[in-house]
Amino acid sequence: MSAYRNVGYFMIMAALIIIVGQFQSWNLALSILNLCLISAVMALGVNMQWGYAGLFNVGVMGFAAMGGLAAMLVSVSPVKEAWSAGGVGIFFGVMALILTVVTAIFTFRKMQAKRFRTAFVVFVCIVGYFIIRSIFDPATTAIEKVNPASTGYLGGLGLPILLAWPIGGIFAGAAAWVVGKITLGLRTDYLAIATLGISEIIVAMLKNEDWMTRGVKNVVGLPRPVPYEINLQGTPWFIDLATRLGMDPVTFSSIFVKLCYASLFTVVLLIVLYLSEKALRSPWGRMMRAIRDNEVSASAMGKNVKSRHLQVFVMGSVIVGIAGAMLTTLDGQLTPSSYQPLRFTFLIWVMVIVGGSGNNWGAVLGGFVIWFFWIEAEPLGVWLMDVLTSPMAAESALKAHLIDSAQHMRLMTMGVILLVTLRFSPRGLLPEKTGRS
Amino acid sequence: MEILNALALLSNYVFVPAIAYGSQLALGALGVTLVFGILRFSNFAHGDTMAFGTMVTILFTWWFQSMGISLGPLPTALLALPFGIFFCALFVLLSDRLVYRFYRSKRADPVIYLIASVGIMFVTNGVVRFIIGPDDQNFSDGERFIIRAREFKELTGLAEGVSIKVSQGITVVTMLIVVAALFWFLNRTRSGKSMRAYSDNEDLALLSGINPDRVVAITWILAAALATIAGTLYGLDKSFKPFTYFQLLLPIFASAIVGGLGNPLGAIAGGFVIAFSEIMVTFAYKRVVAYLVPGDWTPDGLVQLLSTDYKFAVSFIILLLVLLVRPHGIFKGTGV
Repeated sequence: MSAYRNVGYFMIMAALIIIVGQFQSWNLALSILNLCLISAVMALGVNMQWGYAGLFNVGVMGFAAMGGLAAMLVSVSPVKEAWSAGGVGIFFGVMALILTVVTAIFTFRKMQAKRFRTAFVVFVCIVGYFIIRSIFDPATTAIEKVNPASTGYLGGLGLPILLAWPIGGIFAGAAAWVVGKITLGLRTDYLAIATLGISEIIVAMLKNEDWMTRGVKNVVGLPRPVPYEINLQGTPWFIDLATRLGMDPVTFSSIFVKLCYASLFTVVLLIVLYLSEKALRSPWGRMMRAIRDNEVSASAMGKNVKSRHLQVFVMGSVIVGIAGAMLTTLDGQLTPSSYQPLRFTFLIWVMVIVGGSGNNWGAVLGGFVIWFFWIEAEPLGVWLMDVLTSPMAAESALKAHLIDSAQHMRLMTMGVILLVTLRFSPRGLLPEKTGRS
Repeated sequence: MEILNALALLSNYVFVPAIAYGSQLALGALGVTLVFGILRFSNFAHGDTMAFGTMVTILFTWWFQSMGISLGPLPTALLALPFGIFFCALFVLLSDRLVYRFYRSKRADPVIYLIASVGIMFVTNGVVRFIIGPDDQNFSDGERFIIRAREFKELTGLAEGVSIKVSQGITVVTMLIVVAALFWFLNRTRSGKSMRAYSDNEDLALLSGINPDRVVAITWILAAALATIAGTLYGLDKSFKPFTYFQLLLPIFASAIVGGLGNPLGAIAGGFVIAFSEIMVTFAYKRVVAYLVPGDWTPDGLVQLLSTDYKFAVSFIILLLVLLVRPHGIFKGTGV
């Protein structure tokens, strides 16, 4: 019975996207589908943290940004002048950073909890910081001076961008490990605030470290894993196909490219979904849910709750990082200012809660449903506001203000959806299967 | 002489702004810590509650200004403040009645309150942007400076001037009044005592006949008042932009946690710690150093520890440090 319901929800979702294709445009429908797929992967990652372990991660944006950073660093070709100008400095700076961290940890461990241990470690960190800055600053200024209009940064490795997707996951996992090590084991609120902080810092670093990411100048023209529309429009087999389908090659080329992306993303989504489902049904999954449901008994049984939580936190963040890399690949550019907490973190949370926390299929469905409504809510909201204000005089300032503000209705609607679902249907559209029905 | 100049420079760019900013953070952190101590959850919607209260104050200020009412040298917003507090309290009580009351009756997990507060944050954010728009709004009027840099230089004969804005002065004075009133309320009145009892041990408090609905209502009203005051002072000092208030959430929570979540004294201490650190770590000390060392030792660079873009990173790093070393905070808080 529930299987029919699950399939039914997905059928409705597919029908909605097809309706958009019919009535608005196929291009729009496919771009909505692509972002739905990416959001579904992100929701899977967050669901792993929330549904398996009950961790509230408010820093989804930061981990997605790390994935985007990896996409850029892996695929862009290196800027030789910049490397020769500052590469050595950056290398030594990184060495100095690692040395400082190792020394600090070593000092912390070796000195027993004497009164001056904290002061000594802080002193080591401060000295290390000044050394790092003295090596880094000349190097970064030199790099940023190299042709700032078009480069002004180190560039990347020049490898295929598909390689960046798992690497993005690793970057995000590393950041998650650091945050988790410090804050897990304390109250959930502290993890929430710490993840909020780390995501702000990651995005601030992306915006300001011009030598690495060009900051707000953005890195455009990332290489693609799929063909370019321009190239497609010139190849004979493509034009034949287009005429056989009765479509104009230009529109068909952009539809074709979007379909290529969609198939790549679907492959990733299916792999992640398959692995998550296997994990959920395994003994490991049962242990995680036991810890989530009754932490005290689980730790009485000898389970190291803190390290299990850390494990899940890192794994969920890896998935979010992969989705972030996919998003940057789709955009074709790294835009640090596009990482807005409302758009990323909180929207993904609404997806997880509405879809069904603890249920992977629910997270995927939530990703599709919420993203669809987020995109469609803007034209719908404007239309609704038009209808509601039609009795008003055409030049009324109030009318203009209301129509302008229609876009903010989206935020309110998302909040209301979250609250209503949390209150009346807390297990979401597709509830978690607990094995007892 | 040079030392005095350096001190004046530091006061103008570091001490005075830090005291003002610290007062604003302290008021915000007080609201958060009150809700945490008594209602036992972290209210992620507090930043947007500040924005809502400030928005209502701004609307009333504009109305008063259009009617020609003004407070002379002081900003008209102070007159509009009670109205802002009133409507903010109404909004917050309504959200409690609609959302949080259900979870209290079910004794839900604190994480659920956290998620619900995120939902309320979304809704409040949308409402504020809907009513007043997402852009910068400036609503201060009246005198701008208590003492100008020029006047200070004339008074003391120093090369560096210290200017103190009216908004900064009002911030400090208001903070002192509000904190005194709050502590008097919490320690000397029966309601305050019952609130502290409820925060300490809910079941025993209920057994003693304390009315939980009253305690909760008073908490929300106090939180709304503190949020509105903090938001209005911040808006007078800088400017009102809804997104900024969301960003303030991180320093406010950092202040509350550093001081000890649930402890009002800790919130105030934490607010000043965070404010001073943020400003001191991101300040460019070049000119101060230039006053203090002989001429040819003057440094080339800005002598800035972290660029100003990383201001929020500072509060985050302090938060992480405190969580690593002393998770209870400076003054022992109620929750870890």
